[in-house]
Amino acid sequence: MRLNKWAGAAALALLVGGTAAQAENIKIGVVLAFSGANADLGQQIDKAFDLYVKLHAKDIAPHTVTLVKRDEGPPTGANAKTVTTELITNDKVNLLAGFVFSPSAIAVAPVVSQAKIPMIVSNAGTAWITNLSPYIARLSFSMWHHGHTMGPFAFDKIGCKTAALAYTDFPPGKDSTDAFKAGFEKAGGKITDSIPLGSAVQVPDFTPFFQRIKDSKPDCMYVFIPSGAHATGVTKAYGELGMRKAGIKLIGPLDLIPDNKLQDMGDAAIGTVVMGNYSVDLENAENKAFVEAWHKEYGKDSYPDFMSAAGWDTMRAIFDTIKKVNGNVTDGAKFVDAMKGWSAKSPRGDVSIDPNTRDIVQDEHAMEVIRKADGKLGIKVLGTTKAVKDECKEQKIGRCGS
Amino acid sequence: MAVNNPPTAVTPPRDTAAIALRERAAEYLVRRHRFRWPEALPWIACIAVFFLFPDRLTFGSQVLVMVLFALSLDLILGYAGIVTLGHAAFFGLGAYTVGLGAAKLGWTEPVSGLFAAFFVASLGGFLSGYFLLRYRGLTLLMLTLATAIMLQEAGNLRSDLTGGYDGVPGLVFDPLLGRFEYDLYGHTNYIYALVVLAVVFFFVRRIVYSPFGQALTGIRENVRRMHAIGSPVHWRLVTVYTIAAGIAGIAGALFTQTNAYVTLTVFEFENSAKVMVMLILGGTGRLYGAFLGAAVYMIMEDYFSKLSPTFWQFGIGLLLVLAVLFARRGVLGVFEQVGDYFAKKKGTKS
Amino acid sequence: MPQFAIIGVSILFDGLAYAMFLFITSVGLSVTMGLMGFVNLAHGAFAMAGGYIVVALTRNLGIGFVPSLFIAAVLVGLISVVFERGLYRRLYKSTDLEQVLLTIGLAFMAIATATYFFGPIPKSVPLPTWLQGDINLGFRAFPTYRAFLIIVGLVLISVLWYGFEKTNIGAKIRAAVDNRRMAESVGINVDLLFTLTFALGSALAALGGGLAIQLFGLSPSFAVLYLVLFLIVVAVGGLGSLKGTLLAALVIGVIDTAGKYLYAEAGGFFIYAITVIVLLIKPAGFYGRE
Repeated sequence: MRLNKWAGAAALALLVGGTAAQAENIKIGVVLAFSGANADLGQQIDKAFDLYVKLHAKDIAPHTVTLVKRDEGPPTGANAKTVTTELITNDKVNLLAGFVFSPSAIAVAPVVSQAKIPMIVSNAGTAWITNLSPYIARLSFSMWHHGHTMGPFAFDKIGCKTAALAYTDFPPGKDSTDAFKAGFEKAGGKITDSIPLGSAVQVPDFTPFFQRIKDSKPDCMYVFIPSGAHATGVTKAYGELGMRKAGIKLIGPLDLIPDNKLQDMGDAAIGTVVMGNYSVDLENAENKAFVEAWHKEYGKDSYPDFMSAAGWDTMRAIFDTIKKVNGNVTDGAKFVDAMKGWSAKSPRGDVSIDPNTRDIVQDEHAMEVIRKADGKLGIKVLGTTKAVKDECKEQKIGRCGS
Repeated sequence: MAVNNPPTAVTPPRDTAAIALRERAAEYLVRRHRFRWPEALPWIACIAVFFLFPDRLTFGSQVLVMVLFALSLDLILGYAGIVTLGHAAFFGLGAYTVGLGAAKLGWTEPVSGLFAAFFVASLGGFLSGYFLLRYRGLTLLMLTLATAIMLQEAGNLRSDLTGGYDGVPGLVFDPLLGRFEYDLYGHTNYIYALVVLAVVFFFVRRIVYSPFGQALTGIRENVRRMHAIGSPVHWRLVTVYTIAAGIAGIAGALFTQTNAYVTLTVFEFENSAKVMVMLILGGTGRLYGAFLGAAVYMIMEDYFSKLSPTFWQFGIGLLLVLAVLFARRGVLGVFEQVGDYFAKKKGTKS
Repeated sequence: MPQFAIIGVSILFDGLAYAMFLFITSVGLSVTMGLMGFVNLAHGAFAMAGGYIVVALTRNLGIGFVPSLFIAAVLVGLISVVFERGLYRRLYKSTDLEQVLLTIGLAFMAIATATYFFGPIPKSVPLPTWLQGDINLGFRAFPTYRAFLIIVGLVLISVLWYGFEKTNIGAKIRAAVDNRRMAESVGINVDLLFTLTFALGSALAALGGGLAIQLFGLSPSFAVLYLVLFLIVVAVGGLGSLKGTLLAALVIGVIDTAGKYLYAEAGGFFIYAITVIVLLIKPAGFYGRE
């Protein structure tokens, strides 16, 4: 197993490294969803973690890292809390990374506060998670990054005067649509309808919901769904109902078109406009190298997506900070302090960590799905908003204010 | 006694045998009720775990919570023969009673929270049991399942109150008995859960060996005969369902308190199904089956998911299939068989 | 046509398509539970297996979608016989609880196996062009695939109805569902009948799984995700009743669709509310034996 090899290498490094006093082996607890309905989300991040460690282990020499992986389980919070606590008490990890689901991150927050262990979030997107503990930093996004930025863009650039909202009925869904609504109405748009799409556990039959939206004839339909199995269902139902022909544009956060599912979506997806922080087709040198390394490691049919990019940046931020503190990770508060203000040129564009909120500041790209010259589906960037912060915390809305 | 009395016309000789039989039966019942030394084993094991695995007690307290939950199911499934797929409803009611109590009402005292959870959940058990226990089989399964999911949907509809699937975060409970803080290692939680489990366990044990418990077993074995001898079957079932619901509520409350967090997923079908699988795996209708089942299932799950975070379900599935094929009466059944074997050997020797 | 009529027609259409999926996937479960009283919670795993076979055939071997559906149904039907003879048979006399444990265990193993071979990423199938797009009837356009689903459903219903009501084997199955002992004592080989219906039921589940990919996508957890839905259809329809399963699928399909269209805020409430109401009034379901 790859993991064991790293552990072995780490142990070896400790033995031969004459300056063992300074060479630290840093244990990182990785908590990701490896089983259940959303297992593919965990896998996307896990692959990015492994890839980064493989390519960059030498960068932090003489220090080494060991990843200890645990299944986050279903999005109940309880399982994540148990495995995380054990990673701390039993496996004695120095850092934590991962966390696909918001409930997991929320449940774990008091534990890391008590244990004073830094927790680097690679996905969970509920806006107020970073408020829950001073030991949390987030490298992924808040629901407001995509949603709120999409509001004015949809009104000004896509030509949506009216929009209907549809969202999977769980907190990120409400968060994302609230964010869009705030930005959209401020720009002058009007929301015509707001429809919950059932629970996140099962992929529902989307047709009746969309039929209702089609009958109310808005200019645009803003949809939030978890980027797992739901995403394909949305474009299918949208295509089947001929909604584009009827003049209703499909817009949303980039969860609608995860890179690893895009090729499966077919012509129905073409013309969809999403707001987000990553796509394999983003044109910058870092992304080119990242995608190339990915294909080389996992085959040409495997694609990284925004979760992988966040996973990649998570490891990068951790490695950079390890270098900065010279392997001294015993003081969690110091580690998080060192991470504040971290910035990099990432496959996603320019990213940094806001020293005040410990949340990510990043570029948001408006992307349209197109058929590329090579016959595959891809995206075209319509516009980029630089250095977007989490507006929920900026405007102190609801729980984000506390 | 009867042997010394000369047979008279009023007491025909047959009665001597009958009385002796009745005495033997009474003695059997008393003996059944008495403690036997193997019963101490699980408790010794629980205490040993505390000293042997001090770093793993967070997991340990989760196992204890599930043992308690499985125990409450055993009361209705194992003893009264009520098959339900909605037991998570009561677990959830208890979990949300202390969760919302702490978040909205400031009721942060943990032990009294357990009582509140017992009360609310048993009220739920009484109301649903009164209407639903007239049904049996698949009908009852689907009705209980639908009840649990409708509670969940209702909770989601009022997510402003319940926090929906993001749950009620950052719950802070008072130190236990005003003295013991909750440490990172879960030591306090483990002892707390163990004491609650022990208290509830001996309460349940009393119930199942009481005449009421015998009547329940009668209902399970032959409901028509119980009707025929005039046993108030429906009320007996409602009573035990109410008690079991209350205990599931305590388990739910412990779950919230030890996690300091609760989301609507506690009501999920998966939760109901899992506890049933644990109980059957351990062995139904024998109290300690709940212990073994929950512990074996969770430890194996933990072990397999560390072995392979992605494919661990295969191992759990195989465990269940093998249990059905080779351990018909649950894991506890295997132990009993081994016990019987040695008992027989001893018998033939003497 | 007035607006509400158009809405009504499209709710009926979508509901009907959904109902067909429910019927095809659940009918096998109903018959196995009715005939042998066997609780088969691995039924969804057979549906999932069918779905993945369709994916493998269309994607890797380039076989057409419709032939793939047939092949998947036949293959899964055959595989299910192995399971029935090898595992299920041992437990016919056991309690429901042991059957639950065995079949849940099988479902877990199926999920892990599917994850191993196909990965956790949801799969979709390439549809032939004649199944894409929509059919425009002037006042309303209907998705072609859903029309196809309805036609497949109707054809299957006719075939099953004919087989059940008009053939010798069908009569034997009905007799065995009604009174197994009596059927055995007049010389009907109930064991063999059961193997046959089990295989047929699993084949239909596989077909349903293949048809569902376009509706829900296909991931390993399909094996348990929709199980509750199938159980509801079976319970509401009545064990072992073809008519009942069909009626239950229609009622649930249409009311769920209408609920989503007209009152989406209440989410999944409707399905469960109908279940409770029907079962409180008719505990054995629409056409089950009391």
